[in-house]
Amino acid sequence: MSGWETVIGLEIHAQLATGSKIFSGSATAYGAAPNVQANLVDLGYPGVLPVLNAAAVRMAVKLGLAIDARIARHSVFARKNYFYPDLPKGYQISQYELPIVAAGSLEIVLEGGERKRIGITRAHLEEDAGKSLHEGLPGVTGIDLNRAGTPLVEIVSEPELRSAKEAVAYMKKVHTLVRYLEICDGNMQEGSFRCDANVSVRRAGTDKLGTRAEIKNLNSFRFVERAINHEVDRQIAILESGGSVVQETRLYDPDKGETRAMRSKEEANDYRYFPDPDLLPVELDAAFIESVRATLPELPDQKAARFAAAYGLSAYDAGVLTASRELADYYEAVVQAAPQDPKLAANWVMGELAAALNKENLDVSAGRLPAERLAGLLARIGDRTISGKIAKEVFEAMWSQGVGADAVIEARGLRQITDTGAIERAIDVVIGANPAQLAEYRAGKDKLFGFFVGQVMKATGGKANPAQLNELLRSKLRG
Amino acid sequence: MADFHSSTLTQLAAGLRARHFSSVELTRALLARIERHQGALNAFISVTPDAALAAAQSADRALASGGGGALTGVPIAHKDLFCTQGVRTTCGSRMLDNFVSPYDATVVAKLRSAGAVMLGKTNMDEFAMGSSNETSYYGPVRNPWNPALVPGGSSGGSAAAVAARLVPGATATDTGGSIRQPAALCGITGMKPTYGRVSRYGMVAFASSLDQGGVLTASAADAALMLREMAGFDAADSTSVDRPVPDYVAALEEPLAGLKIGLLKEFFDKGLDAQNEQRVREALKVFEGLGASLREVSLPHLPLSVPVYYVVAPAEASSNLARYDGVRFGHRCQSPRDLNDLYRRSRGEGFGAEVKRRIMTGTYVLSAGYYDAYYLKAQRVRALINADFIRAFGSVDVLIGPTTPTPAFALGAKTADPITMYLNDIYTIGANLAGLPAVSVPCGFVQDLPVGLQIVGPHFSEARVLNAAHAFQRLTDWHTRIPAGFA
Repeated sequence: MSGWETVIGLEIHAQLATGSKIFSGSATAYGAAPNVQANLVDLGYPGVLPVLNAAAVRMAVKLGLAIDARIARHSVFARKNYFYPDLPKGYQISQYELPIVAAGSLEIVLEGGERKRIGITRAHLEEDAGKSLHEGLPGVTGIDLNRAGTPLVEIVSEPELRSAKEAVAYMKKVHTLVRYLEICDGNMQEGSFRCDANVSVRRAGTDKLGTRAEIKNLNSFRFVERAINHEVDRQIAILESGGSVVQETRLYDPDKGETRAMRSKEEANDYRYFPDPDLLPVELDAAFIESVRATLPELPDQKAARFAAAYGLSAYDAGVLTASRELADYYEAVVQAAPQDPKLAANWVMGELAAALNKENLDVSAGRLPAERLAGLLARIGDRTISGKIAKEVFEAMWSQGVGADAVIEARGLRQITDTGAIERAIDVVIGANPAQLAEYRAGKDKLFGFFVGQVMKATGGKANPAQLNELLRSKLRG
Repeated sequence: MADFHSSTLTQLAAGLRARHFSSVELTRALLARIERHQGALNAFISVTPDAALAAAQSADRALASGGGGALTGVPIAHKDLFCTQGVRTTCGSRMLDNFVSPYDATVVAKLRSAGAVMLGKTNMDEFAMGSSNETSYYGPVRNPWNPALVPGGSSGGSAAAVAARLVPGATATDTGGSIRQPAALCGITGMKPTYGRVSRYGMVAFASSLDQGGVLTASAADAALMLREMAGFDAADSTSVDRPVPDYVAALEEPLAGLKIGLLKEFFDKGLDAQNEQRVREALKVFEGLGASLREVSLPHLPLSVPVYYVVAPAEASSNLARYDGVRFGHRCQSPRDLNDLYRRSRGEGFGAEVKRRIMTGTYVLSAGYYDAYYLKAQRVRALINADFIRAFGSVDVLIGPTTPTPAFALGAKTADPITMYLNDIYTIGANLAGLPAVSVPCGFVQDLPVGLQIVGPHFSEARVLNAAHAFQRLTDWHTRIPAGFA
């Protein structure tokens, strides 16, 4: 819809990969029986007090350093007060006026390959709430407080995203980053990584922001894209029919593919934030910040740049290969074991391997095809033992049987024919058997070259070295 | 030994160690006293004779084998907002009438490991909100000096129990004067330590930035002994301070010569009862006799203490008390229709009027549009008050003045007007806002009612404050007076 500009800001909630909760010693593992991972602090018992988990602070600082943000030397936990059954204390401990991380940014790559820097307003630490359970509990609501007190970092972007696609690219970038940093497992099904999207539209060319709706709790990239697109269409339709958008919180219904109102601004809580008197301000010194900096891994952008330079890859390929630390590590392991042709390695990792993993919904880290084994296959292409085409067949056998390239090549007799004499003999037989085609070719019908290649390949069981075959065939046909 | 009750906690601890009597004998005797006087005083919410006797027996075994800690076998009581595993902790509220804590407060655990024997849990203003003990769901506590009068609050039960010599010492908490004011009104010694000196873990929270656990005892020496066992860093309380605990008992006998005492101009104002003032001025002469010098100091922002307190404390309380929602523990209304009904009726029925007033005040001052004008401004003034104190302690060692404007008042006299009630804490609130240690000791009588003298010191000067109180008590006998009918 032309004439309208979309404005999106994301609030991403990433669950920090600490062993215990942010203010108590309870475990944070997913999937335990209800309430077995909730101690007296998590349950908000009278008299209990929170004690900050230093690991969560370290992780938030790590994130801040990775997005070139300002790390606050002094940050403050505040109480966000509201009543809800899965919020045991009647308030959530969060950070409000003084977050631990402020003013960072991330670069995303747009569809055309153009780069765009997205500002990150802030990132703050907070505790998650529990869960209300309804399934299988007719007439009552169950409460599971295992998740209550799980550490989250909320990463708030500037309203600088201009389309659902940009929002997804940004969210993926953050997802990649938190996993690189090993501060979040990124598991979206389990809710470890989710976001709220603030969406508004305005007339192109105007500066004033339109009224926004906040779409809560989106837990897949696909839902983010669909929910935003639906919301943008909805808002434009309202505005074009002369109406006005209401500031409200909305929920995305993935089954219907639409958003619906949850509560309006008027119904919104007054959270009565104030500094939590049970917790001291978090004071960080330069030495601490530097000690965290020393633990930073090579970041995705740095790695992509290095891949492009060192392995002669396109920016796109480098980006794909560094989308996860596991994939990048895998690729580098392949290149290390088969260094002749990094570009070829990239094609195989992004092509055959990615397709095979995808088909079985596996992650590269599952170890289904060790990097050394794929490198073994590439080595056989490199030393011309097999052709690229045969290699695909070999790959499939390697994948399904869990064996090495050489074993497949030997067992199936797929070794490529590079003996010039043998190829010439095969060509001679084919030419002798197809005199009519030969005449036509010599009369100028060049397309028949492919026919002869096919016939020779057939005769050699596909094992003739393609380059040699081409060269020898061309000269023989010429006569 | 027939006069257990007229012995100090220090004497009882020594007598037990010397095996002049057993903890079981002592415990039985005091339990009998509690039983005899509970009807008249209502100082206890729960009495735990079986557990007490079991603890006394094990204390006796420890003492027999030459073991035990500083308080082994000594009976005490806990204010009913310290969580005690297996014994209900009501906080003086219907809301927690059915609440049995699954854990011990750090203070409770520390005193137990020092060997103290808990006899029961003392009555208090509901959620420690009150200055007369009249807001308790379990009814008011009577002042042992005159049953028509209040004992002060919120630690009224602990104060009355110690004043009537039902126990030699009791824990208490002080958010705006809740240890010192009842100590003054009941004629005993009440010590509020520096904020962060005693762990708040397991103390049901009222106003987290002001609450501090302390002791009510007959003498400063007893307070020193009991506090030494209670104080110390606790990793479970982020606001507790990691700093060694001095031996308060060993420091009691330091000479006072050269002590510079500041008289707070703002404490000797028109609100102070003339006879109260007279007793305080007489006490100051005793200090001069000990070689201390007096000088007047002014804390210009101190008169703002009460309004600041009544913004900050309710704000924190409104949030701290949100957890009482009828969902996981505490009072739940009968057959709620829906979630809002559950909240409304559980809280409406569970909380008393004063608690509701403070929750509403606190909710208001934190609300959007009012936060800056009330809460933020109050915190700024609080910082100024703190700075005033720190400046004053640049020129004096301690500040001495009255604990309360008047002696104990009649039950019901101030319940109709919350502001009048709040003004009873006018001299005590400053130390809470600044987090300072302060003790109240008896310094005479006005019309047969005890008057309290307050000694306030710089942060972590508990030893000095108790030392000064002890020196005063060596030369006076106000703290040894026992109300008629309890002697």
